[in-house]
Amino acid sequence: MAKYYNGVEIEDTFAEAFKMWGTRVIITAINRKWALEAATKMTGFATSVIGCKCEAGIECEVDDTPDGRPGVSVLFFTPSKDDLPKRIMERVGQTVMTCPTTACFNGLDAPDKMKIGGQLRYFGDGYQMSKYIQGRRYWRIPVMEGEFLIEEKIGMQRSVGGGNFLILGENIEVTLEASERAVEAMKKVRGVVMPFPGGIVRSGSKTRSQYKFLIASTNDAFCPTLRGIVKSELPEGVNSVLEIVIDGLDVAAVEESTRVGVMAACIPGIRRISAGNYGGTLGQFQVHLQKVLGEEVLT
Amino acid sequence: MISLRLKEVLAVPLETEAITPDNFQDKSLAEIANLPVVYGNQVAKLGDFFEIKPNQSDEVRVEGDLSRVKYIGSKMKQGTLVVEGDAGMHLGAQMRGGKIIVQGNVGDWAGAEMRGGIIHIWGNAGHALGCAYRGSPRGMNKGVILCEGNAGNEAGATMRRGLIAIRGNTGDFTGAFLIAGTILVFGKLGARPGAGLKRGTIVAFQPPTLLPTFQYDCVYKPAFLRLIMQYLRGLGWPIEDEYFNGYYRRYSGDLTALGKGEILVYDQH
Repeated sequence: MAKYYNGVEIEDTFAEAFKMWGTRVIITAINRKWALEAATKMTGFATSVIGCKCEAGIECEVDDTPDGRPGVSVLFFTPSKDDLPKRIMERVGQTVMTCPTTACFNGLDAPDKMKIGGQLRYFGDGYQMSKYIQGRRYWRIPVMEGEFLIEEKIGMQRSVGGGNFLILGENIEVTLEASERAVEAMKKVRGVVMPFPGGIVRSGSKTRSQYKFLIASTNDAFCPTLRGIVKSELPEGVNSVLEIVIDGLDVAAVEESTRVGVMAACIPGIRRISAGNYGGTLGQFQVHLQKVLGEEVLT
Repeated sequence: MISLRLKEVLAVPLETEAITPDNFQDKSLAEIANLPVVYGNQVAKLGDFFEIKPNQSDEVRVEGDLSRVKYIGSKMKQGTLVVEGDAGMHLGAQMRGGKIIVQGNVGDWAGAEMRGGIIHIWGNAGHALGCAYRGSPRGMNKGVILCEGNAGNEAGATMRRGLIAIRGNTGDFTGAFLIAGTILVFGKLGARPGAGLKRGTIVAFQPPTLLPTFQYDCVYKPAFLRLIMQYLRGLGWPIEDEYFNGYYRRYSGDLTALGKGEILVYDQH
């Protein structure tokens, strides 16, 4: 049964999320600008595992870093445990080690660990040095600018990918504004990232296509321009839909992020909040919109 | 936990590895009093020399002039041991965990061949702090030694891993034959620091006289040093911001050995 928050219909549906492996990396630098520069590069082109092999985003800026310098926390997710070290190695090696003044630390205290600094150290060609501090090993790799400091091992854990909700609005302006408000609110939740540009997706997909070479294609049921020719899911008056995809280190973080995001998105001009799922047949987690918002706030 | 008070000034050294929180755990006062000690060349009991009482804290506290009591906290693995005064030789030798706080001075070989834990000395340390015993290939391997005063000769010599921070001056051969690990000396370094250094780091905050077998590299801000200083600050060891944010002159050496070690000298300019 449909319920309402702030005059916006909250559909009685759920987001279907999947098991992933996730990690948190802390990047520090001489100042905030260079920490953000490295973090932005590291998390670039990491919107969907379909085309990017991993999903990633900046979680937050960090003041309390291991070396006391300005830092940025980034989260990474891959579908398999084996993929995660490969993706982190590629990205730390090409985007963090190359960035002036940066250092790279483990940000996730988890029993499963992947060797990142312990592999990248070979770039030092035998001149690398290690330091063992407080039970953790760090590698000092000599580089032209000075030294690149990186922790030997970075934690990883079972995580959740593909949390989502759809914002159905009267026009693009109001739908984009609602989406931006949602993302801003969701950025305050720790343990999650929204990996798409600005945290927002306009080209949501379904997991089939009429073309054999494609595993995913446009989500025609939510495309306003196809309302007249497909079995549309759009109510009358909806002319634009944006999706927010959420990856999190655990289900609780994804649920909390969904809750604050949906509430922030419920502004005048938004007709409905929905979510993407496959009928519960594919994903291991279900994030029910009405349940996470709580009966007490819905009418 | 337990408080021990030395009954009388000792005429000859008293050797005991019994004084550790591990040894006292789950023992009655009578059992603790029966733990063995060696006084001169005589085997005796701990209770012969110490008044033993329970205390309200989680710590083992030892009081009196303990400058002739050897091996206090030796091989300890956990808990906190507080020495209210001076301690004799081999304090915390081969310890593996826990924390020892000494409110006075300590004798030679403090923290020798330790494998973990923290020793915080509020006074001076004798020779061979965190060192290897003669004939042994490696000294301290993991753990932290904080010395608020001066340290004698061979501080951290043949150290394999770990961290030693000395607020005052050191004697000769600081970090000699260092295999790895880090030694910070905020006072003046004695002669021939890092002689035979293989790997590892000696940080000098006052201009030292270096052996000619150390080669100048550059002036820079080592990121790992901030990590160590941050850790030391967390242990209650104040470090001035100028050291934290400053430049350091790097010298590679000892070129008569492997040459993969370094002496970092705080650059005041």
